[in-house]
Amino acid sequence: MPQPDVVLFTTCIVDSVFPSVGRAAARVLERLGHRVSVARASTCCGQPAWNSGFHAEAARVARATLRDLSSLNDRVVCLPSGSCTTMIRVYWAEMFRLAGDEAAARQAEELSERVLEFSELVARSPLLPGRCARRVAYHRSCHMTRELGIIDQPTRLLQGLEGCRLVDWADDLCCGFGGTFAVKQPEISVAMADAKVRSLLDSDAEMVVGCDQSCLMHLEGRMRRLGVTLPVRHLAVVLDEAYAGAGR
Amino acid sequence: MTGDSLRARARPAVTDAGLNATVGAATRHLTTERIKAFEELANGEELRVSARSVRERTLARLPELLGLLADRVEAAGGKVFFASDGAEACRYVIEVARRRGAHLIAKSKSMVSEEIGLTPALERAGLEVVETDLGEWIVQLAGQPPSHVVAPAMHLNRRDIAGIFARHGAEGIGDEPTVLTAHARRELRRVFLSADVGISGCNFAVAETGTVCLVTNEGNGRLVTSVPPVHLAIMGMERVVGTWAELDLLVSLLARSATGQALSAYTTMVTGPRRPGEVDGPEEFHLVVLDGGRSAALGGAYREALHCIRCGACLNICPVYRQIGGHAYGSVYGGPIGAVVSPLLCGDEFRDLRLASSLCGACYQVCPVMIPLQDLLLQERRDAAGKAGRAERWLWRLWARAWGSSRVYRLSARVARWGARLLPGRWVPRWGAGRDLPHDPARWGRREKGRPGGA
Repeated sequence: MPQPDVVLFTTCIVDSVFPSVGRAAARVLERLGHRVSVARASTCCGQPAWNSGFHAEAARVARATLRDLSSLNDRVVCLPSGSCTTMIRVYWAEMFRLAGDEAAARQAEELSERVLEFSELVARSPLLPGRCARRVAYHRSCHMTRELGIIDQPTRLLQGLEGCRLVDWADDLCCGFGGTFAVKQPEISVAMADAKVRSLLDSDAEMVVGCDQSCLMHLEGRMRRLGVTLPVRHLAVVLDEAYAGAGR
Repeated sequence: MTGDSLRARARPAVTDAGLNATVGAATRHLTTERIKAFEELANGEELRVSARSVRERTLARLPELLGLLADRVEAAGGKVFFASDGAEACRYVIEVARRRGAHLIAKSKSMVSEEIGLTPALERAGLEVVETDLGEWIVQLAGQPPSHVVAPAMHLNRRDIAGIFARHGAEGIGDEPTVLTAHARRELRRVFLSADVGISGCNFAVAETGTVCLVTNEGNGRLVTSVPPVHLAIMGMERVVGTWAELDLLVSLLARSATGQALSAYTTMVTGPRRPGEVDGPEEFHLVVLDGGRSAALGGAYREALHCIRCGACLNICPVYRQIGGHAYGSVYGGPIGAVVSPLLCGDEFRDLRLASSLCGACYQVCPVMIPLQDLLLQERRDAAGKAGRAERWLWRLWARAWGSSRVYRLSARVARWGARLLPGRWVPRWGAGRDLPHDPARWGRREKGRPGGA
């Protein structure tokens, strides 16, 4: 079956700070037979402003991304982020309406049907062989789990890797990032990360894996500060390495 | 930046390891019990949907139902007082107590009474007030407000409680829970038997019969409402339900959501005062129905917050509440629901509680009446945005202008990347105090700028 062409919207955080995640996501999708291009004129989904209550500003930024993604005909749009996918699929229409832009709201509704989170898209293909002999603590990011209901796909992909074992930990507890929450309430945000790290250390995990690089940046940043050196990886990176035969 | 007062209250809370352990253990326990209680039900999700529609229907006919409730309470021999605000409610209660020449008031748990500061008002009027719910009594002795809508002393462990009792005349009794509760029972028995007035809350009031329903686990509610010669119940006006069938649904969801019980140990129904020929019950029964910001909220964007039945499940699951406990909210109502209702019911000074959430959405999932708490918190943030400080508004405006253009975005992304690489993490305000900055050695290749995976 021919795979659909995919436009990768890397999201602002991956694009600007974690290019390796974007490159890994693209490689995994290509390995599955998709033709991948990157949405270069897209900037950000607007979530930071939206969650801070600045919907007009969020809409202004999102409009640039909407314009870009809508111009790509009916190709599947893939994001390596559960929360940015949620922003587009769940909140964009409401945001554009609040900003008084009905045309954009309709466009967003049309677009949302072909926007997929990375693990969601990858899990639609047959599993590829790969190896990752690690005990993995999988972090369930909030919006992906609760708003999109993407629950089984990432764990199925991980369990499909030879030698990979998922450990039991506070997997669905919020890590405390929460966008601007992380800087508006840094003390609470860090305390929430600590609760997560305590649970991690109580498990015998060798690696933390997640589907939202923003959560992972926050968790990893906290772990480094605490001197906890377990690797923290986006699922795309884990799959890319495993499929390339580089997983250990 | 806004939210600094919340920050100031949260700072000592997050570093208090004892508080963290106590609140963490209690909230995790209650959450586990709640999950078990819902697993027992074949149709837990359906019941939530039904409960939500019951609350919607009830609020849609609130004036009518309150009218019916008042008629039925009066028909049963009780008196009803509609208080437009807390001060009015307190004045009414004081008048009733004075008319009866009361000295001692026994109180069972009531969050509305906390909301309006009833106890301090009564004390200022020269009355002695004793809380008879164990948790409430403990925090009253400690001189603290309750820290949780269901478990007022959740933030205290048994050693803390033994210490509080010791400071109030019970030294050397140790910290065995059975001994501590026996002490409380002895002390409170005296209060039940000698109180001139009993004040209770009201979990629900059934309009069709004029019945006040109290959900407790200690039996103190039953004593407070039946032993003293006067019983005064106080309720928020949204607490009404139309029928006993609706009460049945809501009470069972309340108990399961709050403590994981199918029903609490005592579910007390009070309809009016003692009738001729009955051997016990109060001579007088008063129902105080408080507006206190509720009717204003009814017509606004936060209407659904009035669906709340105060089970505390959203507090228990909330990762923020678990870290900071109830007192850091600064309001009698903490947790996600507290962040939404406090500005509505307790004043504008609680508007910064909109920031006490990572918007993780766990609260909505456990709410028995499906209040979309994260949406309401977002709404609060939108409301506040217009009044935000000039710096924050300009920052977002600037950001929107920059990232609304992919060219400027690209430039700023490069700056961010180099910033993260070059800046020592600790220098970054608000982020760097607790977290390092990310470092990703990879970069988009020139060839990959159009097609990164295609190398």
